[in-house]
Amino acid sequence: MRLRYVTAALAAGLLTAPAQAQMVGVTDTAIKIGHTNPYSGPASAYGVIGKLHQAYYAMVNRNGGIKGRQVELISLDDGYSPPRTVEQVRKLVEQEEVAFLFQPLGTPTNSAIHRYVNSKKVPHLFLSTGASKWGQPEKFPWTMGFQPTYDVEGEIYAKFALESVEDPKIAILFQNDDYGKDYRDGFLRGLGDKQDLVVKMLPYEVTDPTVDAQVLELAASGANVFFNITIPKFAAQAIKKTCEIGWEPLHLLNNVSSSVSSVLKPAGLECSKGVITAQYVKDPTDPQWQDHEGYQEWLSFMKAEMPEADLGDANYAFAYNVSVLLHRMLEQCEDWSRPGIMACAANLQDIELPMLLPGILVNTSPTDFYPIQAEQLSRFDGEKWELFGDVIDASK
Amino acid sequence: MARPNRITPGLLIGFLIALAVSIAIPYVVSDFVTYQFTLAMAYAVAMLGLNVLTGYNGQFSIGHSAFFAVGAYMAAIMIEHFGLSAYSALAVAAVVSFFAGFLFGFPALRLEGLYLALATFALAVATPQLLKFDAFEHWTGGVQGIFVPKPEPMIAGWSADHSLYYFALAVLAGLMVITWCILHSRSGRAMMAIRDNPIAAKTMGVNLPLVKTTTFGISAMFAGIGGALFTYASEFVSPDAFNFFIAVYILVGSVVGGIVSIPGAIFGGLFIVFAPNYAQDLRLAYPILPPPWAIFGIFLILLIYFVPFGVWGSIERIYAWTKRKKDR
Repeated sequence: MRLRYVTAALAAGLLTAPAQAQMVGVTDTAIKIGHTNPYSGPASAYGVIGKLHQAYYAMVNRNGGIKGRQVELISLDDGYSPPRTVEQVRKLVEQEEVAFLFQPLGTPTNSAIHRYVNSKKVPHLFLSTGASKWGQPEKFPWTMGFQPTYDVEGEIYAKFALESVEDPKIAILFQNDDYGKDYRDGFLRGLGDKQDLVVKMLPYEVTDPTVDAQVLELAASGANVFFNITIPKFAAQAIKKTCEIGWEPLHLLNNVSSSVSSVLKPAGLECSKGVITAQYVKDPTDPQWQDHEGYQEWLSFMKAEMPEADLGDANYAFAYNVSVLLHRMLEQCEDWSRPGIMACAANLQDIELPMLLPGILVNTSPTDFYPIQAEQLSRFDGEKWELFGDVIDASK
Repeated sequence: MARPNRITPGLLIGFLIALAVSIAIPYVVSDFVTYQFTLAMAYAVAMLGLNVLTGYNGQFSIGHSAFFAVGAYMAAIMIEHFGLSAYSALAVAAVVSFFAGFLFGFPALRLEGLYLALATFALAVATPQLLKFDAFEHWTGGVQGIFVPKPEPMIAGWSADHSLYYFALAVLAGLMVITWCILHSRSGRAMMAIRDNPIAAKTMGVNLPLVKTTTFGISAMFAGIGGALFTYASEFVSPDAFNFFIAVYILVGSVVGGIVSIPGAIFGGLFIVFAPNYAQDLRLAYPILPPPWAIFGIFLILLIYFVPFGVWGSIERIYAWTKRKKDR
């Protein structure tokens, strides 16, 4: 008798199991998505990223949502403080019962929740940080990054320097923290067995007033390649100083500081001529994109939904890409249970995004949790970035 | 006001009711809210330390985040590098923060009032950078911080959040009793005498440097224990977690709860954890309101205006007032 019930229950279980795993945070009319962002505190300049996501999904909801479901994006402030992120994320997961976490911002903040979300098996998607540790599907199967990592970018510069300069002697200036060391280590890895080409390597602290002294010392080393791993303020100083003392190395500038309006203009456009960087997002201040379809789409969105925003802020271009990516992913995705969503995120194929450079595509697989791994080099011609060479895909 | 809370039947009954309610809480609310209460108690322990130092000994500190960080990191390092259990790591954290505070108490002897506040401020500002310092990176994990697994449940069948809640509750209640005992001892009277009139206290034979530095040590120890509990709840330490904001939180909580009191710390802890969240919820529900931190500011101004002696100070005043009325 009892056995019959058990068999019946098992059979019923077998019949329903393949249909769909249980969905959390998803009803017939809505899906709940959690997001954290620093709207207050030292990193609040990034708050615009969260604001764009909210504006984007407000627009999606007005147009009928995704597959008939309204998107309820719950965006909480963590002030860039790791324990606060833990609290807010626990609130999102345990109290709000969101389906998944979308683009929490920051390296220390995401580090704080990395283990928690993986033990709770909550998808933790498209993080807003360039650290390399977000793509480890074997160890952390629920966490996936978004942008090309800093060390991948460093590798690209190293390969370019080896190819394009005869008898290279390399000088490196880097910020003394995680971000700077990620770039530096990627670059050194890209040099392979030619690491002795680095003739001088100097750090600076983010609290230093200037990097002039470091630039002078690097120039005195007689290097002909200069890898400049600095955030905007110091990048502008370094470019200006190199120009003043007449040092003319192959100047490789990290993408973090590639903004025309906030770095190259203050450094002097004439001085910035010839600087090389790697890009993957269309710089919204760069005139060459004005007629491009993707840029137009972004511009009309910005004008309609965020009319007061500063269009020169590259964070809006970055955030728009991610919002669109999530939208496309959910549209393609059949199974909105947590494992289903994770599976969809791990099977993105050749997705084009409006504000990515032409030819750069989003690709993931169950063993590749780095959605964007391609960048293209560009040279500043005194007015705008001029792309050259092919798109370099670090995954190949 | 000047004397620590005397034990009256009312207070004792109140304490027992509060204890009963605290024991019941985890069975009523979700794990997440239990965890928030644990955070509140971790802050409350640190605030209790500040109450002893500022409220009862008259020394100002706006740098208690530094001792909070010392306790948090010591606990994390003991667990990560020495394989200690969370409970013994807490003891190490307490001892180390006591000595950190005791040593800082010496230069503090020469500083009064605002100048001492400034010196402690420097401590708070320097802490996150020191934690990132390369030479310590092997121990502190640098910018990356250290993962701290939640302590194993004390009793099988409890969730980790429940267990930690009861542990924090036991620590908080224990420290409150210890504080009460200290304040009612000779040393406690010496502390308050120094606050009220240092010259008179010295004339009476109070060893000023010893009492002041020891008080600083005890206060720092409480902050350190609070920091360790906070770390167990968050399961992670990193330099950015101990910025100057934490020092301000501790001070604000102390003042809101009632800085010259023992139970005030509980209200302070609850305020610091729940008020910002409540402000954020309000804003999400009513987008026309100002941003969350502005709402929090309004809460704070209202509290300072309507309960100027802190929550506990006001409870005491109302109690005294009703008693006077009855006696008349």
